[in-house]
Amino acid sequence: MLEMIASSPLFGLCLTIFAFLAGRWVQGKTGWMLAHPLPIATLLCIAALVLLGIPYEQYAKGGDIINMMLGPVTALLALGIYNQRQVLGRYFVPVLLGCTVGSLSSIFSVLGLCRAFGLDAALAASLMPKSCTTPIAISIAESKGGIAAIAAAAVFFAGNTGAICAPLFARWLRVQNPVAQGVATGACSHALGTSKAREMGEIQGAMSSIAIGVCGLISVVITLFL
Amino acid sequence: MDIILQIGVVFAVCLAGELVSALLPFAFPASVIAMLLLLLLLAAKVVRPDRLGQVSGFLLDNMPLFFIPACVGILKYLDALLENLLPILFICIGTTPLVFFITGHTVQLAIRWMDKKEGRKDA
Repeated sequence: MLEMIASSPLFGLCLTIFAFLAGRWVQGKTGWMLAHPLPIATLLCIAALVLLGIPYEQYAKGGDIINMMLGPVTALLALGIYNQRQVLGRYFVPVLLGCTVGSLSSIFSVLGLCRAFGLDAALAASLMPKSCTTPIAISIAESKGGIAAIAAAAVFFAGNTGAICAPLFARWLRVQNPVAQGVATGACSHALGTSKAREMGEIQGAMSSIAIGVCGLISVVITLFL
Repeated sequence: MDIILQIGVVFAVCLAGELVSALLPFAFPASVIAMLLLLLLLAAKVVRPDRLGQVSGFLLDNMPLFFIPACVGILKYLDALLENLLPILFICIGTTPLVFFITGHTVQLAIRWMDKKEGRKDA
């Protein structure tokens, strides 16, 4: 019977949806930053597949349907940029410069460290977009021969570092200007950081959400030349 | 706007993104082209942002859901991840303050430069 259930695409769909709901419930209960629905749901799905002995390929029949929505989710990031167009217009040059220099520093520091640690090319391609938002990072990793899942994990690690430490970084690294704080938070830790940037202030939140889309776009362009 | 129409518009923009991506001579992610196309449609006032309200609210509010299948794919690469977990963590966490520092100071310098230029214009 398990065989029959697992071979339906609905199995992967249901497992993913209920694991997500469970992850969101845990986040709501604990309120911890690290109790994010994504890692919780991922671990639940993996545990279910391993315990029930269901091969990944069967899960993927349903998983691929949800995965297909990554495109629309990325496209809708345009709304985040468009809704902030007035702020963006006012600080166009600083935002563009900051995001360009920031994306360059992220990509090249990762590539340098990957070489220093002797990591292979597939891993380097997976870690390279770690400061981009997840859907863009997955596209970059895949187009460069990286592994989508490792890219998503790298994005999560970088995002949480920023989400937890952004106010400390701002103080220790002497970034006092609210616009600069916002762009820097979005550039190093995308959507996860943006939730913290919103707590730091309205300008920080707006600039951070602009930086998500702009940095993603610039990172794609930079990686074209690599 | 009808929710089915909203979904249709978003899917159509993504499909156009895939077409443009296939025509380009270099590998540019279709989803990012779709983002640019949608930005163009919004800027040209062809699509009004509030008209995408229901579908964008649903997709963006539940964003992590759509990353789960990609993450579960880690099953196939568990060895590669665990073998290199420490360097991966070090790289992801360690370079984050660096990016914050460089981005933050670039923006601050650019704003200071802009203010100075404006100040001169006023004088």
